[in-house]
Amino acid sequence: MLDGFQKLRGIVNDPALSAAQKAHALAVQAENLLPYPALDAETREALDARIICDMYEGAAPYRPRYVLADFSVVLQKGSCWLELPPPETLDEALNTLMIAYHHVPSITGMPVYIGQLDALLLPFCDGVSDEELYRKIKLFWRYIDRVLPDAFLHANIGPTDNPVARAVLRVDAELKQIAPNLTLLYDPAVSSEDLLAHAVRNITECSKPHIANHPIHAATFDEAGYGIVSCYNALPLRGGASTLARVNLREVALRSHGTEDFLGTQLPRYVELCARLMQARIDYLYDASGFFQSFLVEEGWIDADRFTAMFGVFGMAEAVNALQDMAGLAGRYGHDAGANALGLRITETLAEMVAARPMRNVWRGRAMLHAQAGLSTDSEATPGIRIAYGTEPDPVAHVQALAPQHRYYASGVSEILTLDETVKANPEAVLQLAKGAFAAGFREFTANVASNDLVRVTGYMIRLSDVARHGAGDGSRTNTTALGAEAAKLTGILSRKPRVVAQERDAGQR
Amino acid sequence: MQANVSKVLRWSAVDGPGNRLVLFLQGCNFACPGCHNPHTIGICDSCGDCVPACPRGALSLTGGKIAFDPGLCDQCDLCLRACPISASPMTESLSVADVLALLRANRPFLTGITVSGGEATVHAKFIAALFTAIGADPALAGLTRFIDSNGHLGPLGWQRLMPVTDGLMLDIKAFDPATHAALTGRDNAKSLASARIAQAAGKLYELRFLMVPGFTDSEAEIAALAAFARSLGRVRVKLNAYQHHGVQGAARDWPKMPRAGVEAAAARLRAAGVTEVVTPAVWL
Repeated sequence: MLDGFQKLRGIVNDPALSAAQKAHALAVQAENLLPYPALDAETREALDARIICDMYEGAAPYRPRYVLADFSVVLQKGSCWLELPPPETLDEALNTLMIAYHHVPSITGMPVYIGQLDALLLPFCDGVSDEELYRKIKLFWRYIDRVLPDAFLHANIGPTDNPVARAVLRVDAELKQIAPNLTLLYDPAVSSEDLLAHAVRNITECSKPHIANHPIHAATFDEAGYGIVSCYNALPLRGGASTLARVNLREVALRSHGTEDFLGTQLPRYVELCARLMQARIDYLYDASGFFQSFLVEEGWIDADRFTAMFGVFGMAEAVNALQDMAGLAGRYGHDAGANALGLRITETLAEMVAARPMRNVWRGRAMLHAQAGLSTDSEATPGIRIAYGTEPDPVAHVQALAPQHRYYASGVSEILTLDETVKANPEAVLQLAKGAFAAGFREFTANVASNDLVRVTGYMIRLSDVARHGAGDGSRTNTTALGAEAAKLTGILSRKPRVVAQERDAGQR
Repeated sequence: MQANVSKVLRWSAVDGPGNRLVLFLQGCNFACPGCHNPHTIGICDSCGDCVPACPRGALSLTGGKIAFDPGLCDQCDLCLRACPISASPMTESLSVADVLALLRANRPFLTGITVSGGEATVHAKFIAALFTAIGADPALAGLTRFIDSNGHLGPLGWQRLMPVTDGLMLDIKAFDPATHAALTGRDNAKSLASARIAQAAGKLYELRFLMVPGFTDSEAEIAALAAFARSLGRVRVKLNAYQHHGVQGAARDWPKMPRAGVEAAAARLRAAGVTEVVTPAVWL
């Protein structure tokens, strides 16, 4: 206990933390003083070796990792528990949401989902002018960012083109805040081309929104719907995910003797151990924590039967390249058709195994496969199924290399395309890339527009940082990348290979 | 029909509207000292001077012809430095059918195709055949067909190309004939005439003007550009700033074009009534 007390004392006396941050850190430490949910020795060993990983969710799960409350309930009926009458005006609806968010927990201590905002707010917009709506959304946006400053917090809009979605896009590009994060659900049969173009213009200004392939997601879920939260996780609405655990494919590959041993023996073993880890955590949440004896369930904001388990994987790039090395094959993941086909085969095998493994207290009785976007500590494994940093091909080849795997990652696959700054003068190029990606089967389109990267200008390429170092003239540029937590993502991206190739620099590369 | 291709891009946001597949065709009829892709000017004559320059053994002379193994190449470009005629041993020969296959494989990602160079119109017959085939292919419907050119092509050549071309991006290197000759080794009459031909056909997407300090940044050049653009009617003028990247030889000693000079020129063009003036999206 002495060690534990010292940690607590260190938090209490840390001058760098605010009181609220201390309270949160103390809660995390206190939870981890408790014994971990009971694991068998084999699972424990794999967890300690970090071949499987619990995302450091904590030793005593007392709330689901991600909660996607159905806020239409409180907007339609009010809340007895919170002593709230049903709102009647847009101001009352926004105020009700601002209150509601504080009562929906998640792993971060803040909500990860603030709702399908246009569906929620449109019933309150009769007689509200676009200008009035814009002003109210702007105040609401500022409130979210200042009071719930968490980049995992996510708003959804679309797929219809409507005044709320437009106001949200207008405000989001203007304020360029880290929170809320934003996803546009896009359906070519329902969304207007102009709405997509508006979203793409925003991407060139502030790297938001993400654009979700709505027809693919809608077919994955049911009539009650879904939401996109946190790092591109697609989850059941009125539910969420109890836990996210993941398998480090690189570590599994390094313990294998070739592809057949990997697919036939090692991967099934670690998939099973990861499922046991998830089940132990879910059992604690459902059987011991008391979470579901809450007004959230009683009033219908959430349904205990609608929480999935996210089965994450990462390090695909290193796994494929390691297996290629063992087979004496030179082809690299992301570039070589054979290596890409091996990646697809691994994904297909994972999907079969996850679909065959029953889980208790999990939506539809099975976990959902997820390409996990990584932790800041993942130094040797590339996130999810991404192509390794610094080796990516051009954005079109990039999408084509990964698209066949996307259909298997039902609870989300995180991919970020980095585009050079010249697209700011030509957003139509990004629009075309997004349409191509969706046609190829991408579940989600996410692009960052780099301002600090190599750029190609009418036929030649330059490294802006090199030019700046040599002190050449006027270097003023706008940094369009999002701040704060998104910057952490970008740090990796800025070290990535630029996607735009130069004639004179690599004339020999076809 | 075949063309010698220096490079193919499937992603380009700077060669016309939207994302474009870009073919850089080998060979140019100008000899600009300030060229930023000098290795696309000449046509390889298999002299073999580049073979010993390659540290990876990717080049060889086979049956009197240069052979290139892209699998061994690490893009050091030493072969380009060794070439005495500003050519490249790394080009490939593509047929119209090859390019159509590339377009079909990437169709959902593409807004159109742009042929550039070198000087694209040196391959006018190939372009005409390619653009005609694109227009006739239902799978490629909707792709716009653009040419990026120095305009050094006569009216007969344009007669062949214009009906199957959707847009022309035309470079005017200089208005004063002596300056144009110093910058390109050629006269500018054909280029100016080409702009008028394209505008009359409603297909002049963009007039481009490269500002080179001491050559084309003078009051007189900008005034001539303004007058020429106005004489064309509604036209988009894109000002580019001379830089050193890719440039070889004496032109590396020319000063780079500063941003202030380009913006002052843009302001003068707008004041003179030019309808649309575009300056570089990125400054260095």
